[in-house]
Amino acid sequence: MTETGIGAAVRRTEDQRFLTGNGNYTDDINVFGQTYAAFVRSPHAHAKINGINSTAAAAADGVVAILTGEELAADGVGPLICGWNIAGKNGVEAHNSPVHHALAMGKVNYVGDHVALVVAETQAQADSAAEMVEVDYEELPAVIGTGKALNHATTIHEEAPGNMCYDWEIGDASATDAAFANAAHTTTIEIVNNRVIPNAMEPRACLAQFNKGTGDWTLHVTSQNPHVHRLVMSAFNGVAPEHKLRVIAPDVGGGFGSKIFIYAEEVVCTWATRKVGRPIKWTAKRSESFLCDAHGRDHVSKAELALDADGKFLGLRVNTKANLGSYLSTFASAVPTYMYATLLAGTYTTPAIYCDVQGVFTNTAPVDAYRGAGRPEATYLLERVVETAAREMNIDPADLRRRNYIQPDAFPYQTPVVHQYDIGDYGASLDKACDMADVGGFAARRADSESRGKRRGLGYSSYIEACGIAPSAAVGALGGGVGLWESADIRFNATGSVTVMTGTHNHGQGHETAFAQVISEKLGVPIENIEIVEGDTDKGPFGMGTYGSRSIAVGGSAIVKAADKIVEKGKKIAAHCLEAAEDDIEFAGGNFTVAGTDKVMNIAEVAFTAYVPHNYPEGVEPGLHEQAFYDPLNFSFPAGVHICEVEIDPTTGETEIVNYTAVDDFGTIINPMIVEGQVHGGIGQGVGQAMLEGANYDENGQLVTGSYMDYTMPRADNLPNFNVGTTSTPSPLNPLGVKGAGEAGAIASPPAVINAITDACGGAMIDMPATQEKVWQACQAAE
Amino acid sequence: MAKYHITAEINGDETEYLCEPEQTLLDVLRDELNYTGTKEGCGSGDCGACTVMMNGRHVCSCLVLGAEANGAKIETVEGMADGDNLHPLQEKFIEHAALQCGICTPGILVASKALLERNPDPTETEVRYWLAGNLCRCTGYDKIIRAVMDAASEMRGN
Repeated sequence: MTETGIGAAVRRTEDQRFLTGNGNYTDDINVFGQTYAAFVRSPHAHAKINGINSTAAAAADGVVAILTGEELAADGVGPLICGWNIAGKNGVEAHNSPVHHALAMGKVNYVGDHVALVVAETQAQADSAAEMVEVDYEELPAVIGTGKALNHATTIHEEAPGNMCYDWEIGDASATDAAFANAAHTTTIEIVNNRVIPNAMEPRACLAQFNKGTGDWTLHVTSQNPHVHRLVMSAFNGVAPEHKLRVIAPDVGGGFGSKIFIYAEEVVCTWATRKVGRPIKWTAKRSESFLCDAHGRDHVSKAELALDADGKFLGLRVNTKANLGSYLSTFASAVPTYMYATLLAGTYTTPAIYCDVQGVFTNTAPVDAYRGAGRPEATYLLERVVETAAREMNIDPADLRRRNYIQPDAFPYQTPVVHQYDIGDYGASLDKACDMADVGGFAARRADSESRGKRRGLGYSSYIEACGIAPSAAVGALGGGVGLWESADIRFNATGSVTVMTGTHNHGQGHETAFAQVISEKLGVPIENIEIVEGDTDKGPFGMGTYGSRSIAVGGSAIVKAADKIVEKGKKIAAHCLEAAEDDIEFAGGNFTVAGTDKVMNIAEVAFTAYVPHNYPEGVEPGLHEQAFYDPLNFSFPAGVHICEVEIDPTTGETEIVNYTAVDDFGTIINPMIVEGQVHGGIGQGVGQAMLEGANYDENGQLVTGSYMDYTMPRADNLPNFNVGTTSTPSPLNPLGVKGAGEAGAIASPPAVINAITDACGGAMIDMPATQEKVWQACQAAE
Repeated sequence: MAKYHITAEINGDETEYLCEPEQTLLDVLRDELNYTGTKEGCGSGDCGACTVMMNGRHVCSCLVLGAEANGAKIETVEGMADGDNLHPLQEKFIEHAALQCGICTPGILVASKALLERNPDPTETEVRYWLAGNLCRCTGYDKIIRAVMDAASEMRGN
């Protein structure tokens, strides 16, 4: 390991600009002649629009234009799309996909739905005029509640009878039924995965410009995947031809999934900028983020686990109702199906699994991928039912998991639900976590708590996730409309410095540092001579972006592949210059050496020679600039064990996490300091979901938790320090052996926390968020 | 309505600006004076991303009117480093990787500086409570707390 290579805790090179106020985020950018956008939004969850009168608003000070859905449609700008078709049960080939107009056409379907765009000289003028637009609404009954939407008296979309998007299944129903028939014990739980709101601290924003001279659009946007934004906005929304649209995602202030999606605001502003002939800027107010950013989770499920007398899992049967919100967001359909139910084997050998999922529409914000996306829902359900089974059968929960683990010699392991796991050692993670959490000392700690009138609980979570998203052919076979490869472009400059462009996009993960470490390791270039460029469709090659813990596993692999090509070409140049056979050239540490001699040429010299090719091999092109596209062979499968220990004051319900231990197997780790931060942040979000956060709509479809006064984000005094460790079984399926680390914390932590709290409170189910009141109630019931 | 003509000291520089009555100090800093290091996270004083020092107190600049800053001494994240020499808090945030996306970081740095000016030797609990007004969605706070504690220790000369 070199000081700046793979495995080194290199300090993040991007931090200097963020710490000095020199970050460059979308809202920090202003251009000459810029106007400001405000959206007229529906105050109703469900209503017909009988008319829009903008006469008075149009006459207000500073108003440049007021535009509606009719004008958008007249210009041929198409509706927003969902890029993943889910085939249903019984030969149903396509899910029900209601038209999602970027600006409403005659009807609104959730509070915050986009009705009209107001463009004005200042933000205050735009906001003021938006309030003056008179919309004649005819209210309709709202469909609210995940478990109540199917066959509700009110139908939201004609295209979706009974408010059903799809009725989907996976696994072998009859084999699973047979497993239950033979079971010595069956554990059944009904479980809710609470709806959460992503709350990246940077609100979404865009700045759209049209250049009349060139006929080009430039869109700055808070995106995790600017190339996908460009593709969708040109191919599906018809806003601008792909080659005339430049999408730039500059520094992005967190995303957690919510900035994957192609939203109405950027589509409408990009269309409108040409129409009004001025740049248009829109930045979400936090209340708009709450109302309109795609929400996460929101499942209501029943899970049954069949066990034999020894606690071996025989079968798992699951039914889930998944709330998709009012419309299908960009990847919404895949999240509660292929991102969810394919993980229900967990880390266990359960031979028979069956899950069916009904995706339902409600008059709420669209629901889509949020950190973990389906995998937290699977892990929460599975780890809750396993923990419950352990309690019912009076088996130690760690022991029950150990009895059912897929063993290290069983890989590759084919689960009954699509995935083939490549490698893992789940017992090693469990052993290490138990050690780090001092599980052996728990009984004494519990006794001590009880002597002080407190309750104490310990909860496990043994998770697995499918990351490195994803093999394109597999995605296509499952209904996905995209390829999920990644690209890299390595350009040596004549002076020996390197510019690396890739299609992923950093929004807090430290790509500029981690990718530079990979290049430094592979090509022997000092890290300060490496520039990582992302986030601009005019600069780098087309790429699919950052989500699903894919950047290092897929993007990093593309970088390695391109680096290999650099070395291959460099060998030809070095062989010529060193007057040796190409086969005799070895490359290590940035030097091309003739094997067994001291004849050496540094890669910087090779780069210079490539650009000043006076003495140069015949038939070799000048330049040292290579590109690679990498399509993964399989998903990667990070796994691990988290253990949470809580102490509860039964008189108040106040719950303190007194120890939180995480042991994760991410395979090869590029930068342990960055990975540790990713784990911390994920746990923070998972603890938030488990104890504090919950998006609540009232029966009329008003979002009750629409501000930071109502929606409880974890704050510094709510969380503990974390006790984090790793094990490692490098993935055999990608050149770095990496697995991805971005989502693990958010996937593993909710069941660990709830298992600990329920352990402390006598075992009865407590739904997330386990607020102080709920915990107090549970303590009262237990006493 | 006429704009207000305001004179304030910002990061040590006497600064004049014109502002609308409804413009917040945050709007003025970002949109009129190009101090874009200070961020808006909520606009309602709940997230702390817009934290600046005003006359020695840390305030949410989204809750202060630009016109109120007349004669005031304002310090933003841009004024923390001394030229190329980073403030110890900035140094420790790099050393501990106490930031990820960076959007909440300027506010957290300013709030942390305010803490250490009042209390050079805070306990972990004191740091956590002091920073409870600053939301961070990326880090889970762990590394932030460690970085602030470490910076405090260094600034005390340990």
